[in-house]
Amino acid sequence: MSNIAIRVEDLGKQYRLGEIGTGTLSHDLNRWWSKMRGKEDPFAKVGEANDRTKKGNSDYVWALRDVNFDVKAGEVLGIIGRNGAGKSTLLKILSKVTAPTTGRIKIQGRIASLLEVGTGFHPDLTGRENVYLNGAILGMSKSEISRKFDEIVDFSGVERYIDTPVKRYSSGMYVRLAFAVSAFLEPEILIVDEVLAVGDAEFQKKCLGRMEDVSKNDGRTILFVSHNMAAVSNLCTSTIFMRNGTLQSMGPTDKIIEEYISYGKFNTGQVLAEDIQFTRRCTKASFEEISIISNGEITSSVDIKNEVIVEMNYRVLVDGAMVYPSIHVLDNMATCILATFPAKSATIGVDEFYGKPLRKGLYKSRVVIPGSFLNEKTYSISAFLVPEDAADMEIAEEVLSFSVTDTGEMRKEYGGDWWGLIRPKMAWSTERVS
Amino acid sequence: MQTTEALKHTESSTIPPATKDWTEVIEPRTSLLDLRLGDVWRYRDLVMMFVKRDFVSTYKQTILGPLWFFIQPLLTTITFIIVFSRVANLSTDGLPPVVFYLAGITVWSYFSVTLTTVSTVFVANAAIFGKVYFPRLTMPVSIVVSNMVRFLIQFGLFLAIWLFYVVRGGTTIQPNWVIALTPILLIMMGLMSLGLGMIFSALTTKYRDLAMLLTFGIQLLMYATPIIYPLSSIQGEIYGISYKSIILANPMSSIVETFKYGFLGSGAFNWGYLGYSAAFTVAILLIGTIIFNKVEKSFTDTV
Repeated sequence: MSNIAIRVEDLGKQYRLGEIGTGTLSHDLNRWWSKMRGKEDPFAKVGEANDRTKKGNSDYVWALRDVNFDVKAGEVLGIIGRNGAGKSTLLKILSKVTAPTTGRIKIQGRIASLLEVGTGFHPDLTGRENVYLNGAILGMSKSEISRKFDEIVDFSGVERYIDTPVKRYSSGMYVRLAFAVSAFLEPEILIVDEVLAVGDAEFQKKCLGRMEDVSKNDGRTILFVSHNMAAVSNLCTSTIFMRNGTLQSMGPTDKIIEEYISYGKFNTGQVLAEDIQFTRRCTKASFEEISIISNGEITSSVDIKNEVIVEMNYRVLVDGAMVYPSIHVLDNMATCILATFPAKSATIGVDEFYGKPLRKGLYKSRVVIPGSFLNEKTYSISAFLVPEDAADMEIAEEVLSFSVTDTGEMRKEYGGDWWGLIRPKMAWSTERVS
Repeated sequence: MQTTEALKHTESSTIPPATKDWTEVIEPRTSLLDLRLGDVWRYRDLVMMFVKRDFVSTYKQTILGPLWFFIQPLLTTITFIIVFSRVANLSTDGLPPVVFYLAGITVWSYFSVTLTTVSTVFVANAAIFGKVYFPRLTMPVSIVVSNMVRFLIQFGLFLAIWLFYVVRGGTTIQPNWVIALTPILLIMMGLMSLGLGMIFSALTTKYRDLAMLLTFGIQLLMYATPIIYPLSSIQGEIYGISYKSIILANPMSSIVETFKYGFLGSGAFNWGYLGYSAAFTVAILLIGTIIFNKVEKSFTDTV
């Protein structure tokens, strides 16, 4: 029989959009008047699912709606979803920072949340004073903090500066000390937002390690919200996928992350000629459709270990035209990180049609970007059709983009920021020389 | 969705909800009188930490440091002596102006500073309140406590000057047993400013106008309290209501008068007046706590 640490029932949270302060008094009076007459809240009925991309008809929006789930004691639950999916709202309600509009959450055990590290740190106070203050804000008693003080300072590694006001700290030291206090909280349930997005790589690893420690050895329940799929995949046993304020799915982490990634396919990943803003058109051939395919599906969201196939459909308009396609892959700063075209000496294998006069008709060219090659970034593709006369080239700049997500494949040993425009696996070896 | 439904069913079949007692239930709205005062007590260490923070941070990087505690009331007293006693020639009931004004200023500044600070609790702490939960009441309570400490320091200054006049003699200062009521007066003022401040802080989250109102309102209120004049000097009436009863309708008046009566022997001491102030304090504290608790649950959405 498993024990439930958190039970969320029909949870909903409604927000009022727009400028608060204009018309609130009239709304309040209106609400009060209907309540007096025993009627329902006139503003509670309106509102719709939270989709930021569509303009709603009402001023009220459900940031969370009908969310139900249970968390077992000792479980590490990941919460993922795109921005605005309701993750933060859920955390805020769990942390009692704001109250839900409907439903309830039942909790078994002491709960502490880390929506931010260093909450309440005062710049004029010394490190020592801030440790006590922050600890007390997080719910520790003075004696509890005193007991753990040495451990906290030791973990943070700022021992030398502990009696210096924190405003003289570097931002790294500040974060270290702040996280250290949180790391030594001892609640049965810990709620963690993306606090790990700060600090240097070494410290991030230390933090993740500490969280793993806490969950595995102390058997505590952790709710972990993150955009870092690698961290979620490493830490969490099961995961919740939030979408537009509702719970899309819940299950084993690997399955849910896969679902989260494949969700991108409804967005883009494919573009038709009429939707392309061409920089220049070619007289001899023209693009009909360009797609990004990964794991057998058209998608704009790619698992780092999978191949990315760029597929171009184009029509040759003139018999005998010598036209070949080409692509550029650009990073999120629009730096071209690679350019490729099907010339014999620049490809793996041979493209039969390269350098030959083509008959009129529809052609399909595919280029495979290998898996475990790109880094965890958003890339875009520029596509070209190159005839003999380069001035007549067809150019579709940044026509499609796709994001590469690290699901933990290369993250077994390192959880921090991974530098570089690309991230191929490399051959490494070491030998003892003397 | 199906996954959760399935999960829910299996769980609820293994654990009958009725037998499970939860440590905590987070719900949309709780009863108005569920004030969670026990929580505040459990976080008492935090209250003391806030008090300490207020002291350490206020005078850090100032040259005069804690001396400012004395400079503020002294300069105000000097100004009052010049303006009200010398220039305007207002009565001080035959008392040395220094003692008379300092008594009023010490008491009044405790009340007004506490009220103003408490009234900004939500707006000033929006960032921290939005990130972590702790009983919000700890914040106003800590403000009252730290101002009480500040009051005691300034009260020490008053005592020193008062003793000087008492020992030297030759004035009409007549201390009496009412001095013993001072702690009660102090607590009443603390709770009254706490209650009023909480009402204002809760309402300011939605209607910022109140912050404006309070800032100058409190300055005006000082003139409706016997700080710069003795209550006995008030005469006349307006539309059949005497000015004196208007002044006495201000619950701070009897507190200030009692304080002055105890230490200086002049002023109006009356159990009825004091009882009125006490009743007002209890009522305002209750209303304040209820409103404050109601607002703390959702204020992050409106601030």
